[in-house]
Amino acid sequence: MKTQIKINGKIRTFEVEPDEYLVDTLRKHHYYSVKKGCDTSSCGVCTVLLDGKPIASCSYLSVKANGHAVTTVEAIEEEATILAKLFGKEGADQCGFCNPGLALTVYAMKKELNNPTDEDIRTYLVGNLCRCSGYVSQHRAIKAYMEVI
Amino acid sequence: MKCVNHNTGSIDGKGLMLGRPAYTNDLADPNALTVKVLRSPHPHAKILNIDTQKALSLEGVECVLTYKDFKRIPVTRAGQGYPEPSPHDKFVLDSVVRYVGDDVAVVAAETEAIATRALELIRVDYEILEPVLDFEKAYENESIIHPEPEIHEMFPIGFEPEKNVAAAYHMEIGSVEAVMDQCDVTATSSYYTQAQAHVMMEPHTANARLDFQDRLVIYSSTQTPFHARRIVSQALEIPMSKIRVIKPRIGGGFGGKQCLHGEFFVAAVTMKTKKPCKLVYTRKEVFESSYSRHPMRIDVTLGSTKEGELKALDVHVLSDTGAYGEHALTVFMVAGAKTLPLYNKVEAVRFGGRVVYTNHTPGGAFRGYGAIQGNFAVESAVDQLCEKLGVDPIEFRKTNMIAEGETSPVFAKMGEGTEGTAMNMDSCKLDYCVDRGMELIGWKDKYPRKSISKTKVRSVGMCLAMQGSGIPYIDMGSAIIKLNDTGFYNLMVGATDIGQGSDTILAQIAAESLKTTVDKVIVYSSDSDLTPFDTGAYASSTTYVSGNAVKKAADQMLEMIVEEGAKALGVRPEDIHFDGVILKVNDTDTSMTLESLSNRLFYNEDQKQLVAANSYVGTKSPPPFMAGFAEVEVDIETGEFKVLDYVAVVDCGTTINPSLAKVQVEGGILQGLGMAMFEEVIYNKNGSLITNNLMNYKIPTRKEVTNIHVEFADSYEASGPYGAKSVGEIGIDTPPAVIANAIYNAIGVRINSLPITSEKVWAAIHNKEK
Amino acid sequence: MKIKTYTMPTDLEEAYQLLQEKDAGIIAGGAWLKLLPKTLTQGIDLSGLKLDTINETEENYTIGSMVTLRQIETHTSLGTYMDGVLQEAISHIMGVPIRNIATIGGTVAGRFGFSDLLTPLLALKANLVFYKKGQVTLESYLKEALKEKDILLQIIIKKEYGKAHYTTVKKTANDFPILNVSITKIGTHFRVAVGARPSAAVLATKTMAYLNENKTLSDDIIEKAAKIAVEEISFGSNARGSKAYRTQLCKVLVERGIKEVAYENTN
Repeated sequence: MKTQIKINGKIRTFEVEPDEYLVDTLRKHHYYSVKKGCDTSSCGVCTVLLDGKPIASCSYLSVKANGHAVTTVEAIEEEATILAKLFGKEGADQCGFCNPGLALTVYAMKKELNNPTDEDIRTYLVGNLCRCSGYVSQHRAIKAYMEVI
Repeated sequence: MKCVNHNTGSIDGKGLMLGRPAYTNDLADPNALTVKVLRSPHPHAKILNIDTQKALSLEGVECVLTYKDFKRIPVTRAGQGYPEPSPHDKFVLDSVVRYVGDDVAVVAAETEAIATRALELIRVDYEILEPVLDFEKAYENESIIHPEPEIHEMFPIGFEPEKNVAAAYHMEIGSVEAVMDQCDVTATSSYYTQAQAHVMMEPHTANARLDFQDRLVIYSSTQTPFHARRIVSQALEIPMSKIRVIKPRIGGGFGGKQCLHGEFFVAAVTMKTKKPCKLVYTRKEVFESSYSRHPMRIDVTLGSTKEGELKALDVHVLSDTGAYGEHALTVFMVAGAKTLPLYNKVEAVRFGGRVVYTNHTPGGAFRGYGAIQGNFAVESAVDQLCEKLGVDPIEFRKTNMIAEGETSPVFAKMGEGTEGTAMNMDSCKLDYCVDRGMELIGWKDKYPRKSISKTKVRSVGMCLAMQGSGIPYIDMGSAIIKLNDTGFYNLMVGATDIGQGSDTILAQIAAESLKTTVDKVIVYSSDSDLTPFDTGAYASSTTYVSGNAVKKAADQMLEMIVEEGAKALGVRPEDIHFDGVILKVNDTDTSMTLESLSNRLFYNEDQKQLVAANSYVGTKSPPPFMAGFAEVEVDIETGEFKVLDYVAVVDCGTTINPSLAKVQVEGGILQGLGMAMFEEVIYNKNGSLITNNLMNYKIPTRKEVTNIHVEFADSYEASGPYGAKSVGEIGIDTPPAVIANAIYNAIGVRINSLPITSEKVWAAIHNKEK
Repeated sequence: MKIKTYTMPTDLEEAYQLLQEKDAGIIAGGAWLKLLPKTLTQGIDLSGLKLDTINETEENYTIGSMVTLRQIETHTSLGTYMDGVLQEAISHIMGVPIRNIATIGGTVAGRFGFSDLLTPLLALKANLVFYKKGQVTLESYLKEALKEKDILLQIIIKKEYGKAHYTTVKKTANDFPILNVSITKIGTHFRVAVGARPSAAVLATKTMAYLNENKTLSDDIIEKAAKIAVEEISFGSNARGSKAYRTQLCKVLVERGIKEVAYENTN
């Protein structure tokens, strides 16, 4: 099926299967920042923004994205760089596999929430799993990022 | 120090955050065939007939491989040094399948959809064999899992496949029975640990292609690229010189990527089709068809005087290696080797048992292997003994634990699969770790429990732990440093960064020795064609073993620079002072920059490439130590409990990068808490894993434990690079015993099987009330 | 799930007719589609039917079946309605990236036993509007699905004013519940719903009747009510928890929940 998606500001047209998921379409077309970590919508590494909102691209049919805008981490390079520096300071980068998806979710959270508490931050990000860091270093870095103007 | 012991920031975090292609699947050939594996639906069965005709005739299918396509060469996929302490009991494909998820056939097709369809078209007739699903009934069971005549051990490891025994071991120092008889108080219990899953975020991935020299190039998400090359060569009879293994960026390993996974299959498909191909495990395959932690039953008896002097330690282990024997012996031995020396004042100590085969997913390497199981049992038993004695468990530990300058006879007796290495504890700040941890958790005010309300009680628990730093005389690391024009360096290491940040800390070590900054050291790891040998990222060896190799190479490079500088400036090397940027002749104004020296070496005079290469093998394995503490709050009506605070005080020598070291411990603690509290492993009665996805297998999210407080003791290990010991595994060891002890202190019932779930806590309270 | 053809009709009748075809099925958010082992010859996406808004009147909230869980959670009025009980329940469902996909229609139509959301919807007396069948109570729909294939258009919640409560016990924060309980109190009238038994949520009708006939509540009465709940509701065992544990959790959570909504201004 012909599907037109605006990816990072550029309109792309793909031929997709009716049961193809967005993560597979994106990776097939070399958007390698979008990772695949589980098959059950559980891990969050495949997160992209759809019309500005974070979605799990492993659980979203590509055809549904027709006519919508998708943002991957490449399009928020400046913000992701700020976050990367804060992660680096805390030693929170670790294996990095979940970081592009997490960066997009954190970016969306910052736009959506005003003065979130620690609990708000954790609740927003609970679907983004990480097995390396134990989360506490990530949390320190993310809190600092929320305070960057 | 300018680089070491500083938070320099990681060298790769930004690129990875920005999603630059880095991982194995990102680097597959865009035209790669998709490889899929047909998995056994039965725990134990013989393939009577396998019909691949329909699958082969499907358009887009390039090849289908079954056991008939492979010569019967038994190997071990364990990814260890050679000869391995694991039995050679695995064929690439076999006519017998030994667990649900075992490999049956391999398909390669143009697309994933075609490959999946082809799997459905393969017809297999099985003769169902009796499975062994209970590891306590495996020994001498009528059903023999490995009757194949070709399989063998590489040296004596107690391998008796006819009894379903993959490995066995026994040792005794002093007479446990005699000493135990003299003891005033003894405590005996059995402890059970589960088959924890690694759940690294990147699934196991491999791809292969033939290069223009007709050599096989394998990209693999492996912790052991050099072992992978050797084992693929053995299994498929491809000369090692014809294989190149590249380890790109790895999305977490935790030991799960020490063993081989899809390497055989992508290699075989590419050799057969001459086309590039790739294999990415589904999450279900990661759970069912890779490896897990070895489940164990550990029987512990401790004996002491009534004054609280520990006199005898007796540990007997039954370990379940599942269908194949990867790491069977070593994991089991570490259950003793990394726990028993903690109490070095005993008069007698005994350790033994066996590792049995069952028809479950195989056990393999997993961060803290053996140690976490042994620690849970021994450190729970210590608290149990203290309860009987009526002594404070911290006072008891302080009296009986190992201290700086001391040793334990266990070190010499037990290694990993072989004899051990005698050593003194040249650095051991365990006493500080305990005192500081008590202070941070507020032990004196909180021990053992406080009632908060009618339904809530708070309590604390603690335990000690030790690890090692590589395996002496076996684990080897090496490094090559080359100087470039303009004066920056390449550091090439076989050591494998799997996300722990070893590329960064090795750059820090090199930069410190070269008196330069981290940005001037470009690290490349690892590629069997381009980087020197390293046994790989396991056994807490990278900082200590590979780090020492890097330091040696960097020190050597510094000497070479000074020598060349002296030549260029027409003086003796000893007259040169080099600060990393400028080579200055002592007591004169004559100098030259490293930049101009290196440019001269490439373009002008005395042209040469400066390369320093060095290696290191440990002659001991200095243990990092830790004291772990937790405060928990238990809801006595629902059994739910929260870890309010987890405190870790660690002696790992110098922290090369304090932030990265801290996160190693924080991450290890949460992974350990996962094993202690959440990560339940459930098989159904047909031998199928129910907890085979992230919906059913619950690893901690960021909401479960939010306070993890890690501090480091001021410690210096003279044999380590800049005083460092290892830190990768020590963090995971304490949570099971700490939580078990804290829960006991809260409810007065000891839970001896992991994980300690809210339901188990409720049931314990409920049964006690009855 | 495999989908052979995919259609996004813009006309409700067209969607309905397509649905009557053999092996045709509705695609809502699609968040859980891939976990279902069946093949749809015709996948009908309701995204073109403008069912994605929440409408509020003096009397009702009318929630389109394609409204995402995140829309409800962040809706300034519905999200905070009745002590924010829906917001509270939804916040326990996976993470935001899934809640931006999953819809209330998909949740209701799935009649999932593990649902966090169905339990408070039941306590809030939600009604369902189907295209052909018209209005059906959620309570009856959870007991028995419709016999004919139909399209869920809206979920209606009649506005009432009182107190509400949701609580659940899970292994980890992104797990499905071992058990959940939602309780509302309108005036002196209680509704008690228990879900993840592990089968679908039910109302504890005898418990409700007992509570509603007692004009003044005491700890003893509440404890008795919780005991009635445990007796009238059936529980089962699965990988998340045993029947015995669920029974205990029900007793504790119902008792605590009633206390929370019953005693005004106390802790």
